[in-house]
Amino acid sequence: MRRTVGVAAASAAVVLVAGCGGGGPQSGGDQKLTGDKIVLGVLNDQSGAYSELSGKNSVTAVEMAIADFTAKYGDKAVTKDITVETADHQNKPDVANSKAQEMYDRKGVDLILDVPTSSAALKVADVAKEKKKLYFNIGAATTDLTGKSCNRYTFHYAYDTYMLANGTGKTTTEQIGKNWYILYPNYAFGQDMEKSFSTAITAAGGKVVGRDGAPFPNTSGDFSTFLLKAPNLNPKPDVLGTMQAGAELVNVVKQYNEFKLREKGVGLAVGLMFLTDIHSLTPAALAGTTYTDAWYWNFDAKNREFADRFQRKAGTRPTFAHAANYSAALQYLEAVQAAGTDDADAVVKGLEGKTVEDVFLRNGKIRAEDHRVVHDAYLAQVKPQSEVTEPWDYVKVLKTIPAAEAFRAPSADCKL
Amino acid sequence: MSGFAQNTFNGLVSGAFYALLALGLAVIFGMLRVVNFAHGAFYMLGAFGAYVLLTEAGVPFWAALVIMPVGLGLLGMALERAVIHRLTRLDPLYNFLLTFGLTLILQDLVKLRYGVQSSPYATPSLLSGSVNFGLFDFPTYRVFILGFAALLCVAVWWVLTRTRIGMVVRAATERPDLTRAFGIDVGRWVTPVFGFGIGLAGLAGVLAAPMRAVNPLMGADLIIVVFAVVVIGGLGSIFGSVAAGFGIGLVQAWGEAYLSHFPIVSQTIVFVVMAGVLLWRPAGLFGREEAPA
Repeated sequence: MRRTVGVAAASAAVVLVAGCGGGGPQSGGDQKLTGDKIVLGVLNDQSGAYSELSGKNSVTAVEMAIADFTAKYGDKAVTKDITVETADHQNKPDVANSKAQEMYDRKGVDLILDVPTSSAALKVADVAKEKKKLYFNIGAATTDLTGKSCNRYTFHYAYDTYMLANGTGKTTTEQIGKNWYILYPNYAFGQDMEKSFSTAITAAGGKVVGRDGAPFPNTSGDFSTFLLKAPNLNPKPDVLGTMQAGAELVNVVKQYNEFKLREKGVGLAVGLMFLTDIHSLTPAALAGTTYTDAWYWNFDAKNREFADRFQRKAGTRPTFAHAANYSAALQYLEAVQAAGTDDADAVVKGLEGKTVEDVFLRNGKIRAEDHRVVHDAYLAQVKPQSEVTEPWDYVKVLKTIPAAEAFRAPSADCKL
Repeated sequence: MSGFAQNTFNGLVSGAFYALLALGLAVIFGMLRVVNFAHGAFYMLGAFGAYVLLTEAGVPFWAALVIMPVGLGLLGMALERAVIHRLTRLDPLYNFLLTFGLTLILQDLVKLRYGVQSSPYATPSLLSGSVNFGLFDFPTYRVFILGFAALLCVAVWWVLTRTRIGMVVRAATERPDLTRAFGIDVGRWVTPVFGFGIGLAGLAGVLAAPMRAVNPLMGADLIIVVFAVVVIGGLGSIFGSVAAGFGIGLVQAWGEAYLSHFPIVSQTIVFVVMAGVLLWRPAGLFGREEAPA
């Protein structure tokens, strides 16, 4: 799949530049850009469980970034020939690995974006390191991307398990209840989340009174054993923290409501939730649930303006992953513009330590130490149905978690 | 004690879904010798159909509970006539592949139109409360499922053992050639039985919609366990499929509750049981060894 933005404009620019005999870092005539163009690669899940929270609409977001960049710089742009390559990694590490190599080697991709699913994300980080090409991860949660698996060409853009646990675990403990029962899917992501949450809860003065790893994948679709156990624990938990994602999260929440746990005094906190999850469960089923959001479309006028433009193109409101893909593509293009070249090392140099402010990144900073992109995060709560006044406007932001507190300090495991 | 009772109850509710699906598979296999891999897809269509009927046409749960099984049953009959019966004379593998392909097509068609995100379906308001059983409260909807499934299984058993149609079906299941020799037209019953099995899957799907995530892959996740249930009960054994369905529901629920410190065990317990049963009784608990051809 190949989408070309402004081919005509680009060829016109090339003719113009040739006519003028080149000149200036923007000309591209002296091969500042490989192949005289920039190619952005969106590698994500286009048909499976994560295809709605990122998927094709992440491509739309990247295209919006290209259009905005081109409109901003006009003739001064480093190039007008910016294209997008996309591939479906099906959430499989081996597929992600080969697609990433194909993108860098054969499709001339300068930057790979998105890559949800932690195991796949880590594979692509290895490829980026080997090929010395840039990679901005948005969709995956593992802190290993900025920990033991960090490298010079990999940046982790939107969120991670620490941010989720720290935001939801700490703030919910302080504001809603101290005793937790944690239910997690028993595989790498779930175990990671359980550990991060337990640490954050204990640090905030709370206590984990029970924890269970549910089979993953849960073929029976039934979580009632755990949901029945929760209110009978001693001491009784104030909060059920579920780390399930996607369809399993839907099952947990449906059954949480069925067993009327909220009425029994057990609130619900969700480890990782996207706007699309709330949409499919309906706000009524989730009312009062707290979670950490990396970005919310109706948070302020600036976000809303972006969300309106996005909706006109994609037909739906953006998740934080969509907004982050937009921001990542834009910041990369800005960095290339500033460096005057798409040489990866030069771009990395320009990005490291940079402070950034855009529609997604508030108080954003690209840390030089571990390439974690830090920014404000938000503790969000799902509104009761009665307060939902327009489609997709499902949450209110309880608290902005400042960028400095939202993410962990650079890890000693990371040697760039 | 109340914890044990609750877990048992839940196991029976999960088991009710297994039983309904396995029952359909068993009658289909018995009559047609077809291992219907598409059973999970029809379960998914039942749930999705209920969702679409509700959101697009405002058809409530109760009506969907009738419309979807009947509609899918008819679709199943059409399918049997159009493709499946053409392959029944060949190696069973051909129909297995055919129904596997059908599964992929049905899943992807639904995916294409509705995406992979789960669709919401509320519990019917009449059943949204909970029932007090003295020791514990239990969601009314689950009580309803259990009662409804049990009733249905009893009804099917009654039809099979006490009516002439049932007699023919049982006879044709166990000794098709001999039944034909008595001058009974077995072929006549093949299509309706296939439709009936599919209808049961659709019904289970509608029942699942309010308590399970409604998405294109919901059947694919479940069908593997259902196959294990059918094997444990004995391929083609009607009583076996129902008993094994409820039994496996219980084993899973107890496993999750009391072996949660050994996730490996609680995750694989169904297949461990299956392997054990096959070693002990290769034809399944209630199956009969096929007479050598």
